[in-house]
Amino acid sequence: MPDLAALGQEKSNLIKALQEQQKEEGYISDQAIKDISREFDMAPVEVEGVVSFYTQFKRIKPGKYKIQVCDGTACHIIGSKLVLNWAKDHLGIAEGETDEEGLFSLDAVACLGCCSLAPVISINGKVYGDLTRKKLLKILEDYRAREEEV
Amino acid sequence: MINRIKIGMASCGVAAGAREVKDKIAEVAPEEKIVEVGCIGHCYAEPIVEIETDEGSIFYQDVEPDEEFINRMLELEDFSRFTPNPEREKWEKKFVTELSGKIDPVSLEEYRSRGGYQGLEKALEMEPGEVVEEVKTSYLRGRGGGGFPAGMKWSFLAAKEEEDKVIICNADEGDPGAFMDRTVMESIPHQMLEGMLIAAYATGANRLFIYCRAEYPLAVRNLNTAISQIEEAGLNKIGGEDIKITVKEGAGAFVCGEETALIHSLEGKRGTPRYRPPYPTDKGYKGRPSMINNVETFANVPLIIRLGGEEYAEIGTENSTGTKLFALAGDLEYSGLVEVPMGISIGDVIYGIGGAEEGSIKAVQIGGPSGGCIPEEYFDTPIDYDSLNELGAIMGSGGLIAISKGRCMVETARYFLDFTAKESCGKCTFCRIGTKRMLETLERVTGGEGTAEDVELLSELGPKIIKGSLCGLGQTAPNPVLTTLKYFKNEYLEHVEEKHCPALECDNLVEIEIDQETCIECGQCIKNCPVNVISDDFVIDNQDCTRCNSCIEVCPVDAIARVRKGGKVNVAN
Repeated sequence: MPDLAALGQEKSNLIKALQEQQKEEGYISDQAIKDISREFDMAPVEVEGVVSFYTQFKRIKPGKYKIQVCDGTACHIIGSKLVLNWAKDHLGIAEGETDEEGLFSLDAVACLGCCSLAPVISINGKVYGDLTRKKLLKILEDYRAREEEV
Repeated sequence: MINRIKIGMASCGVAAGAREVKDKIAEVAPEEKIVEVGCIGHCYAEPIVEIETDEGSIFYQDVEPDEEFINRMLELEDFSRFTPNPEREKWEKKFVTELSGKIDPVSLEEYRSRGGYQGLEKALEMEPGEVVEEVKTSYLRGRGGGGFPAGMKWSFLAAKEEEDKVIICNADEGDPGAFMDRTVMESIPHQMLEGMLIAAYATGANRLFIYCRAEYPLAVRNLNTAISQIEEAGLNKIGGEDIKITVKEGAGAFVCGEETALIHSLEGKRGTPRYRPPYPTDKGYKGRPSMINNVETFANVPLIIRLGGEEYAEIGTENSTGTKLFALAGDLEYSGLVEVPMGISIGDVIYGIGGAEEGSIKAVQIGGPSGGCIPEEYFDTPIDYDSLNELGAIMGSGGLIAISKGRCMVETARYFLDFTAKESCGKCTFCRIGTKRMLETLERVTGGEGTAEDVELLSELGPKIIKGSLCGLGQTAPNPVLTTLKYFKNEYLEHVEEKHCPALECDNLVEIEIDQETCIECGQCIKNCPVNVISDDFVIDNQDCTRCNSCIEVCPVDAIARVRKGGKVNVAN
């Protein structure tokens, strides 16, 4: 767990503390908000205010595999909307949601910075480019199959 | 004889599979010969491997992590050789990014052997005021988009008498479609840091921050490695004091690219902008005088000091000196990172360097969501700060997207507005609600429910949002809409009057049709349709079709196409 007491000595560390908390748990839980507000000597609502301002912070527990569909300009022009729809249809979840097994969560994000490979997605930070529907479904099924093996 | 094997391992390369390639090469080649380098700038050919031999370098493109491929490559066989677009060499000027892709980004020795830190050494022999003067003479303008002369900003901070002064590098590159700053940080982090250290000496600052997007993990890692090398070598000892350099990661808010918002975020608060004055150089981070420059601006500085301001100013045009990095993307043959001298024409960039088919591009979107769309008839406009402003666009940070004739301009404008409306921090009413209303109006137009009044509303609302917003986000958010309205009004009118999207892009205005004469009844479309709306006799139920294009993609004989809704009949009347 991040050393909140040490970070809390310096108010400008709030975002850093939240980032470390999220790295640890994958999201910012209600308990985390309470803990952080105590160590930073702030009201929980102030912490919540910072959390809700930045898109990086999640208040819902994400799936084991976090899918980010890039909706940067280059991807958008080439059809990221379709990629997002294919993923939604296949997984049966909407943007910002996690599936029932807790395996996949889906988000549309601003540019991942791999424009020349558009359209791209990233799954837990690994980037997959030049997607077609077939390719996307295969990638998702490969993840699921690997999971079932284990 | 192979001397070194260089693998382009910036984010684009890694995404294309460079890591697997490197692992495969490492199985057969001696480790000491393998070097991970930064961005080579030809993203379309990634993964790229450069093999240095006594006779010069050989480049391989689309390298596969496959034993046979790697072995043939290491035998220097003549296949999959990479030959850059010869036109590109004619137009490009590698200056700031000269070392990108040539050196190991996190090797201090390699950077020094190529002239690195000579700029800092030279600066330390000058008086701080002389260094500021040199930057003024170079007429370097802020590469983050605003184009404010960097030397002026430096002199404001230098004039401050406070003991604690702060320099912040704005690396919150959030424009969708832009990756110039990422490339600099990943590939030549030392060059940018050298620029920051020179600035610290010139202005008397004693604290340096880099505010970097959290989405750029490799950039953060390379910067941190470079910073510890600097500290180890004592390069941060300036005026007898150790200057502390810290990388702070942003948390995903586009508005934090705005300087007062960025400072709030650095302080751990919500990243909302505030009214200026006081300007950051008077009261910035924790109330201390603070100066903010962009990544690319800092990367120019060592070269200015090494060459001298006057010689630097000879590159580019009189009022826009030097070069500019652009992230080229869109409907082009060769996308990637390019560096061009200021003053080159838009057409030369997209046709000459980008290799777009002559006449295929109807507009370029320059400057990201704050920028504008420039139509074909202005493609001979030189790329410099002032000429672009005249057209209603801005230089921006360097995203340049080519839009072909098959794309809808209303949809393009809607996309950018969707971005800015989501990213508005909510402080100013006109930005918060105005962009939302504009977006809703655009959605009505692309959705086939727009009216002529909607188009009028857009032209009326745009200037009001510009006037009523505090920071750059709101002041530029209407640009994509206003420029497309100015240059492509006919497309808007076709959407509202004829209920027709000329580019057949807007889903509500098109249907998907199978041409029964071309169809070979192979059944691929039926198999791949995610919503099962294709009947056994190959007719699509357009009512339930989601326009996902899966069938068009899999059809082996191109019998399926998007067509105008309701055929050629004018449904508006």
